Amino acid sequence: MSNTTYTVIFYLFAAITVCSAAFVVFTRNVIYSAFSLLFTFFGAAALYVFLSADFIAVTQVVVYVGGILVLLLFGVMFTNSIMQTGQKSEVLHIIPGTLLLIAMIGAMLYTIYTTHTWMPSETMLQGSIVERIGFETMSRYVLPFEMVSILLLAALIGAAFLARFDKPGK
Amino acid sequence: MEQLTTIGLNHYLTISAFLLGFGLFAVMTRKNAIVVLMGVELILNAANINFLAFSKYNGGMEGVMFALFVIVIAAAEAAIALAIVINIYKIFKSVDVSSIDTLKE
Repeated sequence: MSNTTYTVIFYLFAAITVCSAAFVVFTRNVIYSAFSLLFTFFGAAALYVFLSADFIAVTQVVVYVGGILVLLLFGVMFTNSIMQTGQKSEVLHIIPGTLLLIAMIGAMLYTIYTTHTWMPSETMLQGSIVERIGFETMSRYVLPFEMVSILLLAALIGAAFLARFDKPGK
Repeated sequence: MEQLTTIGLNHYLTISAFLLGFGLFAVMTRKNAIVVLMGVELILNAANINFLAFSKYNGGMEGVMFALFVIVIAAAEAAIALAIVINIYKIFKSVDVSSIDTLKE
């Protein structure tokens, strides 16, 4: 792949990610936000592939798109009357929010671009890193791995317990 | 021009800054609790892009592993938060975060 093609594809995915993220935030319709979030997650997954983290990209698609987004859509459908067209969500603190948005992005971009130039190391990650992830998971990170699995189990049992519907007769 | 065409660390940090800003904006301004959750997911994605970018240009595996754990924690967080939102909806009949003020005098 030539360098120009690489750059063009990168900018395409970057534009998809940032524009759909902006649409998530600025549209008033909750369903539109949820579907726009889909494009943000896919764009972020594509950026992870550019960062040679292909396993993370696949995990992103499986967990975020297949799990979290479906969960969010279920949440939207449980808590809104979906059949009403023009389902809007209100905004509050719009002026401080906009100021914070501009200040945050401006400050971060200023810091990123005016500090020293970054020096990439010679041992940059190249190619696929699936094998190295497996190796690291089972050696250095085996305790966090087990802990996070227990946390996930506890969280899912807790979520199922919290969200169950009580029988009204009892 | 050279800086625009060769993709480096700065490009990823810029995307991540935009995602963080938008997520923060959603958390601050939206009244619907579900959209607030979407803002949190945007912030977590911004952090993940940063982790992976620094990990790639540093050559270590720490950022990659941390990104993996961030995704797992995000899944757990979304499940718990949705359960809480559904409970709030059952009690208050709305998911408007500014109307949930029972603890306020």
